[in-house]
Amino acid sequence: MADVTNDVVAIIAKKKRVEKPTVELTDRLEDLGLESLDAVEMIFDLEEKFDIEIPYNANTNNPRTEFETVGDVVKSIQKLVDKKS
Amino acid sequence: MNAVNRVVVTGLGAITPLGHTAPVYWEKLKQGASGLGPITAQGREELTQKIAGEVKDYDPLKYFADRELSTLDRFSQFALVAAREAITQSGLVFDRPLSLRTATIIGTGVGGQNTLDEAFRRLYLEKKQRLFPLSIPRMMANAPASQISMQHGLRGPAFVVVSACASATHAMGLAFHMVRSGAVDCAVTGGTEACVSFGTLRGWEAMRVMAPDMCRPFSKDRKGLILGEGAAVFVLEPLDRARARGAQIFGEIVGFGMTADAGDLTAPDIDGMSRAMTGALDDAGLKPQDIQYVNAHGTGTAANDETETRALHQVFGEHARKLAVSSTKSMIGHALGAAGALEMVATLMAIREDIAPPTIGYLGPDPACDLDYVPNTARPMKIDAAISNSFAFGGLNAVLAAKKFA
Repeated sequence: MADVTNDVVAIIAKKKRVEKPTVELTDRLEDLGLESLDAVEMIFDLEEKFDIEIPYNANTNNPRTEFETVGDVVKSIQKLVDKKS
Repeated sequence: MNAVNRVVVTGLGAITPLGHTAPVYWEKLKQGASGLGPITAQGREELTQKIAGEVKDYDPLKYFADRELSTLDRFSQFALVAAREAITQSGLVFDRPLSLRTATIIGTGVGGQNTLDEAFRRLYLEKKQRLFPLSIPRMMANAPASQISMQHGLRGPAFVVVSACASATHAMGLAFHMVRSGAVDCAVTGGTEACVSFGTLRGWEAMRVMAPDMCRPFSKDRKGLILGEGAAVFVLEPLDRARARGAQIFGEIVGFGMTADAGDLTAPDIDGMSRAMTGALDDAGLKPQDIQYVNAHGTGTAANDETETRALHQVFGEHARKLAVSSTKSMIGHALGAAGALEMVATLMAIREDIAPPTIGYLGPDPACDLDYVPNTARPMKIDAAISNSFAFGGLNAVLAAKKFA
């Protein structure tokens, strides 16, 4: 099964709004300064990259609380990708 | 040119998810009926979103000759249907002198989205080599203003205003100011939108702001907006002129405020909203305590409804708790560039009949939305003055104030 870690980290790194040379799995999304439109764009990038559907409604989901860290996002994307194959 | 006219509404027309005329639409609003339902537009099988507020049982051939339709996208058809109703009701005859001094100002969000969708489908999917020859004049955003001016021979200033969800309110506000100042003697104004097309719905799906089932503005457990479509058009005249010809008067437009947030692209802003409401009140010479009813922007998104509530507190202070605030979008969805016009019908009729239309689908209070939203059932109450709010993506805000004509 393909490991999604590098791709997910790269996609999140593209959206971060703070000066930080690298993005680690332990980084909290909140500390990376992701805003609501960043989340929507990030989800699009992830769906396109892995050809998956991520259920997400900006009114009822809060990415900052549901996914605390970059590692949380990696885990959840890995699950969706594994389910697909 | 120092004329300052009082501006009255002498005709109104609407085609909506709740009926094809203004009186039917208003009756349904008072009943708290829902115009939302399963999407019938082409491509619906592939969409994740299944619900919208479409204009139902609409047969273009009931309103137009087959030959005319080749030049008319659905958004222009709606505008023409509503304009015809409004102008007929006004009883005006546009002879040459009046036609030269009549403005046609219509708001719309994008343009002929169905024509654009159809053209792209043909080109990219069906790999056809040529497009329908009138694609461009059908889809141009100014088409509805042009078509109304052509059909009724209105030869004064005519153009379309584009400001996303505030388009119609900006258009009507501008028309109001032009009639008030004496720049024109009459204005045909409103908004139109036909946005329930595959491409547009896909775009809104990607924004992740649509509710899967119902639009529940200001309610707990609200899940977002639902798209709607339709048009509403008004005839505005100076009071003296309307009186002189014995016209029926539906209400008086008294103030208009507009502001820009100059902040976030999509996040609503308390300051921008508040300044637009205060601007409309100041323009009208009204105090916050003079208002009894607010037709809210009330999209049903988490962010709008909370921010609009806070802005209402800011503008109205203690009086905010005495306001009846309701969202017509709960019943017809969000008709984007037409929304302000469809909601102005509700606002004017609420004042005229002393009935606040409800916010339907309301499940109970959200702590962040602590005002009186006229939940689920219309309410008879004295309404002398009201405002109608429109707040657009891009941070563009427009608010109209109206008063009972007396």
